[in-house]
Amino acid sequence: MDGASLQRGRRPGITVTNTERTLLEYLVDISENHSPLDFMLIADHIDKFFYGALLTLEVTLISLVVGGLMAIPLALARAYRQPWLNRPIWCFTYFFRGTPLLVQTYLVYYGLAQFDVVRESFLWDPVLSSPWWCALITFSLNTAAYTTEFLRGAIENTAKGEIEAAKACGMSTLRMMRRIILPSAFRRALPAYSNEVIFMLHSSVVLSTITLQDILGVGRWLNGRYYLAYEGFITAMLFYMALVFVISRVFRLWESHWLKHLRPRETVEA
Amino acid sequence: MTKNKLVALGLAGLMTLFTGTASADGHALRVGVEGAYPPFSWKEADGTLKGFDIDFALEVCKRLKKECVLVEQEWDGMIPALLAKKFDTIIASMSITEERKKKVDFTVKYYNTPAKLVAKKGAGFAGTADGLKGKRLGVQRATTHQCSAEKLYPGAEIVLYATQEEVFQDLAAGRLDAQLSDSLQAYEGFLSQDAGKGFDFLGQDIDDVECQGVGAGFAVRKEDSALRDALSKTILAIRADGTYKSMNDKYFAVDIYGN
Repeated sequence: MDGASLQRGRRPGITVTNTERTLLEYLVDISENHSPLDFMLIADHIDKFFYGALLTLEVTLISLVVGGLMAIPLALARAYRQPWLNRPIWCFTYFFRGTPLLVQTYLVYYGLAQFDVVRESFLWDPVLSSPWWCALITFSLNTAAYTTEFLRGAIENTAKGEIEAAKACGMSTLRMMRRIILPSAFRRALPAYSNEVIFMLHSSVVLSTITLQDILGVGRWLNGRYYLAYEGFITAMLFYMALVFVISRVFRLWESHWLKHLRPRETVEA
Repeated sequence: MTKNKLVALGLAGLMTLFTGTASADGHALRVGVEGAYPPFSWKEADGTLKGFDIDFALEVCKRLKKECVLVEQEWDGMIPALLAKKFDTIIASMSITEERKKKVDFTVKYYNTPAKLVAKKGAGFAGTADGLKGKRLGVQRATTHQCSAEKLYPGAEIVLYATQEEVFQDLAAGRLDAQLSDSLQAYEGFLSQDAGKGFDFLGQDIDDVECQGVGAGFAVRKEDSALRDALSKTILAIRADGTYKSMNDKYFAVDIYGN
């Protein structure tokens, strides 16, 4: 029978030709009845996992960019102890670093929705009613807080000699900041930032708790739909591992490029 | 002793360790319950579990002369946890469906109520596949309602939640256009409450035996057929001698046993 569909319980829809049929049937049988992991079921839904990965990357990357841009002025204000800004910024970073991201996200998503004022405000319809926006706002503020603190550390640790040299050249404070202090601080903050990026990716599983279909969300959907224990989680894990692998590779490349001057010098033996 | 034998011995030791802690000791019946599905099961502020499912579990244990150990478990991990021997049976309003029967065995039903859509009063759309096209439809993950929603309303945007309470929360907040769940639970847990003011059922009872199954039963592991039969007998006895009616009337105005 050409194009007959396999009536194998879960997958009513697979259409195969005659020659493919026996092999596919064989694989489905192994997968469903003998293998500890139903790999054919995962293969059937792998496209959903790719869409999930897109959402995970989208929210993670946008919030990293937004949070990163916010962090630069905040870190400068902290590093230079700006009288009216230092304390409030410290409070902000303390709050976001001192509480779990899950709780922060719940507060924004479920918490704010309790108030009629919020639900009737102009912010509700396009922004706060959408889980995507709620996540993006919380994640951005969260990563901004972490980035502010280690960027501040990097700025404060700028070598005195670099600053003296800049002053000796007659640079104004602004120019010195733009040309010397910030680029140097960015480079030295790079290793810490790669951790922040990977933590952000891991933290993005919070998306699945506010109904979004990120990688873990799809994994939980698969588990829920077919009452499975492992398949969804293991596939999600592999996706996260692959993403982290790529991210850490990219950072290692950047580090070897931007931090070349900080590597211990090879001494020439006499 | 060869290395292989040592490994084998070690493995055997591990196995007894695992099965030793996992098997019921004969005096206790470990029951998986949810605790987030009023009025069938919910948790009081002091941590005690209450509800129809809980009463039912305690009554069954009493009749089987076993000590009841209630084990709380998130809904979407319920069947995996049973298979991992974290408890011996699930008493958590679990519908008896073909899909679940591939993994676990069920007793006879202990109640059967239909599923229904809930939406704002005068929602302006019908509870049909066409009416729900492009609408946000909330369901609890890993339920018969997830199955029905994906099957009956392919055009709807289906939004999944960990607990039914969260579904109602987002429906009340206006993030969902409609939700699909057990009609009785929706009435008792939402529509009759303050949060459910302004909401009502939409359309008729869901007619979908393939997804919805034939009522709620207790789930047991497939190898525990003796336990399954004992539980089934107990359910029928509770129904027959009138105990069912008093438990039923404590929570519901109608008889939920179904036909």
